[in-house]
Amino acid sequence: MTNPRNTFVSSLFVLTTVLATTGAFAQPRPAQAPAPAAAKSAEPAAAAPMAIVGGRVHTGTGEILEDATILVEKGLVQKIGKGLAVPPGVTTIDAKGAIVTPGFVDALTSIGLVEISLEDSTHDDDRGGKDPIRAAFRAADGYNPASTVVGITRAEGVTSAAVVPLGGVFSGQSAWADLDGDTRESALAQGPLALHVHLDGSSLGGDRGGPAAALLRAREVFDDARTFQKNRAAWERNQSRPFAASRLDLEAVGDALAGRVPVVFHVERASDILAAVALAKEFGLRPVIAGGAEAWKIAPRLAESKTPVIVNPLEPGPTSFHTLGMRDDNAALLYAAGVPVVITTADTHNARKLRQVAGNAVRAGLPHAAAIAAITRAPAEALGLGAKYGTLAPGKVANLVVWSGDPLEIASRPLAVVIRGKKVDLANRQSALFTRYRKLPIAR
Amino acid sequence: MFSRRAFRLLSPLLLALPACASSSTSAPPSSPAQAEAPPPDVPFPWEARPSTAAGIETPAAASPPVLIRNATLWLATGKTIPRGSILLRDGKIAQVAEGDITPPEGARVIDAAGKFVTPGIIDTHSHLGVYPMPDTVAHSDGNEASSPVTPDVQTVDGFWPQDPAIERAVAGGVTTLQILPGSANLIGGRAVTLKLRPALSPRQMHFPGAPDGLKMACGENPKRTYGNGRHAAPGTRMGNLAMQRKAFLDAKKHEDDWQRHRITEANRIREDQKKRAAYEAEVETRKKQQAQCQDDPYFPSCAEWQKDWDKPLDPPKPSDPGAAPPRDPAKETLIGAMRGSVLVHIHCYRADDMLAMLSLADEVGFQVRSFHHALEAYKIRDILVKKNVSISTWADWWGFKMEAYDGIPENIALLQESGALPIVHTDSPEGIQRMNQEASKALASGRRAGMTLTDEDAIRWLTYNPAWALGIEKRVGTLEVGKDADVVLWDRHPFSVYASAEEVWIDGATVHQKGKKRPPWSDFELGQDTGRPTTLLPGGAP
Repeated sequence: MTNPRNTFVSSLFVLTTVLATTGAFAQPRPAQAPAPAAAKSAEPAAAAPMAIVGGRVHTGTGEILEDATILVEKGLVQKIGKGLAVPPGVTTIDAKGAIVTPGFVDALTSIGLVEISLEDSTHDDDRGGKDPIRAAFRAADGYNPASTVVGITRAEGVTSAAVVPLGGVFSGQSAWADLDGDTRESALAQGPLALHVHLDGSSLGGDRGGPAAALLRAREVFDDARTFQKNRAAWERNQSRPFAASRLDLEAVGDALAGRVPVVFHVERASDILAAVALAKEFGLRPVIAGGAEAWKIAPRLAESKTPVIVNPLEPGPTSFHTLGMRDDNAALLYAAGVPVVITTADTHNARKLRQVAGNAVRAGLPHAAAIAAITRAPAEALGLGAKYGTLAPGKVANLVVWSGDPLEIASRPLAVVIRGKKVDLANRQSALFTRYRKLPIAR
Repeated sequence: MFSRRAFRLLSPLLLALPACASSSTSAPPSSPAQAEAPPPDVPFPWEARPSTAAGIETPAAASPPVLIRNATLWLATGKTIPRGSILLRDGKIAQVAEGDITPPEGARVIDAAGKFVTPGIIDTHSHLGVYPMPDTVAHSDGNEASSPVTPDVQTVDGFWPQDPAIERAVAGGVTTLQILPGSANLIGGRAVTLKLRPALSPRQMHFPGAPDGLKMACGENPKRTYGNGRHAAPGTRMGNLAMQRKAFLDAKKHEDDWQRHRITEANRIREDQKKRAAYEAEVETRKKQQAQCQDDPYFPSCAEWQKDWDKPLDPPKPSDPGAAPPRDPAKETLIGAMRGSVLVHIHCYRADDMLAMLSLADEVGFQVRSFHHALEAYKIRDILVKKNVSISTWADWWGFKMEAYDGIPENIALLQESGALPIVHTDSPEGIQRMNQEASKALASGRRAGMTLTDEDAIRWLTYNPAWALGIEKRVGTLEVGKDADVVLWDRHPFSVYASAEEVWIDGATVHQKGKKRPPWSDFELGQDTGRPTTLLPGGAP
């Protein structure tokens, strides 16, 4: 059996498909395709005004508003508060007796990049090839908004996902997808979301070498990218020393060096996490730790540097020699120490389990409000989109869910899911199968 | 305390083994009375499970009675006692009552107001111990992927009892597991059913009297392992079926050869016995005649008889026994499956694959006890009910491979509604730590889809139904007097995401207490900073 967990923290799916890669941001960019428009697409003109009335609203900041009304227009939250007047003719969602939260966000998935895990032909999440430096590879270029995973995931209240490339030491740049929209342009919030660097030892593929070897490659590439950025003109005149990565890769790494995107380090062991944090400091990066099985051991250090940690609270135990310290109260311990905690499923097909996963962190001691924040505000902030996503406040993208009860409790269910100000259909391929087979024999 | 007990367990085990061995192999074949060769239905020595032998001490012997009061009891018989008591004594459930029970002398009394008691959870599909933590090359002991048909291997020979996952499963309320071989092979070998107590060998964990399982697999995995992986057979679903059919037909031929041998031998022995009887009758006759003639030498017939007495009379020489066909553990395992002494568990996802297996089962003559994974069981639930096949599956897994594309979260609920026997299984060292949540998800999905399902239905997906699939339903699976005291006390409604097993008993002995600091079961975790939780932070549940 495949273990859906650990997809992002240890395993390496090697794809033979080599995809066209494009650079981003750095000038000049002759070969570059335009990044999917961000701000424009988040305000679709089609979404009619809407009001969500009477719910108990978790704003995502830790604040809870009783009997509140949320006014939504042009895909954004316009106003939020008690007793707001609903303009005539506005569609309303009655949320009386229900709970409203920001849409949940899974920070580590392959949604839209992988349709079926064991079928390589359905993968678009890996640049492939032997070179472990793939920084320029963009998940945004592979995202399929028509994937069945999209509709299945949002039916459980997950409205956004970071879709993350895999493979290599630098696996590429992730994208932020809102789980609605027919095109990449209408689904993706931003082109390059974060740069992903794997220091967990499996990233070198068939080569021998563990985290130390991966760290060596990473340092070399960051150093070359810095030199490349400083001496761009010399490089253009072919008066530069050889670099350890291609031009497009160096440009992508340049975005991280300039602080435009965070760097997500996939790493588990305490000592390796500290090495990643030190590397980030050395090069002035904005680090985020993903995996972080042993992060609890160094929680005060991570709190001091305000380094966010993306964890999966379903920690089964010492699954490898890199995760001997895995424990199920990792999130609780990190939170107690003051570390920004993000909760993920690290899964694709069952990213819909996000609220169950967060509920388990609560079971292991994480305060309930912190668990809600860990799947709303915290991932948005850790990935640099806190200004637009993660909380319910005027000006934020109107991604929200109306719940029948405590959203982390298994028996609860979404009554309505709103993405970019539009109430989305909760039907999906699985509900279609259920409907077909509700009565036997089936008619078709 | 556990390790010392385990050492004490070891010596009777070593004594027990040769005793089992002697029962089937000691008779010299030339002795006429014992000329009949051991038929294949005599177990091999390696089939004997020492826990079934007398003299094995169980942890129950040392445990005082436990009385749990004021709890909600989910009996898993279909009945709930909202405010009841349960007494565990001498390793068994001694009493179950609405209201109170008077504590026997020396009993430990637990006031469980607001808490829930259920039978211990049973996982029909686990690879704990054969794919243990940590995941290293050396720890891969679950797939004998050197040949696609290996009915003769058994997980009891591969199980590492030091797997740190075992203790963590117990903390989730799991008391019994079936350890299956993996699904690389069409016929992967024998599965063993274990009770999860700390031990130095799986042989000390064997569920007394539990029959072995036989693991089979259809669909993608065998053809990926052999066809795609090595350009060997099987490379297709066609190859899968052909090789499975051949294995069973070969086993039948083996059984026929033995049957023929048994008949020939029986005839030969009968002939020998007839000759011997004739000889003995003649000896007897002459004795009587001689006695008569000694008494009365002028008796008229004596002259006539005398002539016969001079004829030589030798005892008949016993005939030579025929050559017995060779014993064959692989074929005899399949014969066991056909006879029903070994229960058949088949890894199968798609509806058409399951129907193909049911055809094969009818054709060669075995009964499928449980389909495992079975994500498309909902499509053929009417047939599965008729065939009396249980379904071991997940609440919501899907999409990880092509044959898992049609999984839906209402699978279990639809099976329940149709009167089939659904079972929540895990196949996962992570999932096994929270099987109550998996049942809860399946229940919630069914209710959301408008089906009428009860908590009483759902608890059986974790307890009685898997007990039936493993052939141990008379011993465990419900809270009934006389059954093994394999019991879980939950700190709140077991289907809440915030629920934890507060205490777990196996055979009446405590095997887990939430928040209690103690050394790890596994030697692997000793002296390593593995971060076993020592104390839980104050819970944050609302």
